[in-house]
Amino acid sequence: MRDTPPREPRRPRPVPTPETQAFWDGARAGELRLQRCRACAHVYFPPRPFCPRCASREVEVFRASGRATLYSYVIHQRESPGFSPPYAIAVVALEEGPRMMTSLVDVPQTPEALVLDMPLEVVFKPLDDQIALPVFRPSRVPV
Amino acid sequence: MSAQRVAIVGAAETTELGVIPTLSQLQLHADAALNALADCGLVPSDIDGVATAGESPTSIAYALGITPTWVDGTSVGGCSFMLHVRHAAAAIKLGLCKTVLITHGQSGRSRVGAGGFGFSPSSLQGQFEAPYGVAGPPTLFTIPCLRYMKDFGLTHEQLAMVAVVQREWAARNPRALYRDPITVADVLDSRVIAWPFHLLECCLVTDGGGALVLVSAERARDFPARPVYVLGSGESVETPLVSQMEDFTSSRAFRISGRMAFAEAGITPADVDHLMIYDAFAHLPIYGLEDLGFVPRGEAAKFIWERNTAPGGKLPLNTNGGGLSYTHTGMYGMFALQESVRQLRGTAPAQVPDVRISVAHGVGGMFAAAGTVVLTNV
Repeated sequence: MRDTPPREPRRPRPVPTPETQAFWDGARAGELRLQRCRACAHVYFPPRPFCPRCASREVEVFRASGRATLYSYVIHQRESPGFSPPYAIAVVALEEGPRMMTSLVDVPQTPEALVLDMPLEVVFKPLDDQIALPVFRPSRVPV
Repeated sequence: MSAQRVAIVGAAETTELGVIPTLSQLQLHADAALNALADCGLVPSDIDGVATAGESPTSIAYALGITPTWVDGTSVGGCSFMLHVRHAAAAIKLGLCKTVLITHGQSGRSRVGAGGFGFSPSSLQGQFEAPYGVAGPPTLFTIPCLRYMKDFGLTHEQLAMVAVVQREWAARNPRALYRDPITVADVLDSRVIAWPFHLLECCLVTDGGGALVLVSAERARDFPARPVYVLGSGESVETPLVSQMEDFTSSRAFRISGRMAFAEAGITPADVDHLMIYDAFAHLPIYGLEDLGFVPRGEAAKFIWERNTAPGGKLPLNTNGGGLSYTHTGMYGMFALQESVRQLRGTAPAQVPDVRISVAHGVGGMFAAAGTVVLTNV
């Protein structure tokens, strides 16, 4: 028995932390930002204020190319807050090396249309005035 | 050597398994614990070490009236119980405690007194995975598989065969939730959950639990059941983000944990008579067989297709029916350990003849963690 009706589940919205703020500020400004270690040149994601390879704190934020290839995915068949099935949950390999989870847009969410290793490019999907999500669409520039 | 060994002398699951709306999660732990204590003729006051995951060891000790001098609350997902066995063996050898109780209980299906599922929106998962429509393990654990399929030529039929073979084992087990035979076509005709995974390639969601009691080998003969000795163990973790695992076709945690366990036991895969590989989804046994060294990279699906892991095959695998057909409460590792113990005691419903060495390998999170235990009855 409930006194109030259950709250409608809402689409998960990322809440930045100090070490990820630059990434989300970049996304809001239409830039995909990665980090590079000044000591060993390792490029990494997700953001943190030290290099996960050599532990140096001498790291910098830079704008990535936004180019990627489709690394792996599933196509979910059930509704999820903010998503209508079928929709792909994908992992892309960024040109600079790191991989990230994302959504695929401007392409049918089918195994036929989503071919592994296809070239992709980043676009940004605003969730609100603070958060925009980096998502990927088939590349419109010949690679 | 035996003076340095540790043995499992008590092992039991919850009285019921499957759908148990009458018991809370905590009570599932307690029911399993009381059954395991009865199995070895002990009472709670005999226990001085408590290890558990999902609940805190404090809750378990208090619920059962135990005053421990050693606790382990390692909670890295469904393989936590493999790590508990490893840690308990070390603690007993070191003299930190004498009699350890490891418990699992989970109201995965009925959700009675169960914890919530979900990530803080400021965690790494909350920021970098959850916003993309992930909806629990069926949309996360499965993501690496398509990469494996492309790189190694794994077919949909071969993936489906994992579920078919495990159902053959389940058919021999009266406690398995699903026992009716299925075919590859049945699996591929079942509802798509998260392509390329169909319903029958995903684990069950059930209520239940299990518990183990461990003592030093020199005390093991004082107990009624045939002792099951811990010969070796391993553990590791990789990343909480499946999207960041180093290699989508192989688990680093599996490789390290397995190598460590086999080295400590002084065995090779050829010495293993019976194997349990935590199968939350159908690709897990494929990754496990390869990462533990039972078959070369890319050959596990063919190995299963050719019935090597099926009843009558040379490497009986997931003989309780596995998470795909037996039971899966959420943290299934305890049930893999229970089946290894049954096989080594000679009391399994689908008993394999002459089992001397059994390996139970577990996964935690979505390829986030691993634990491996090598057990023997000699």
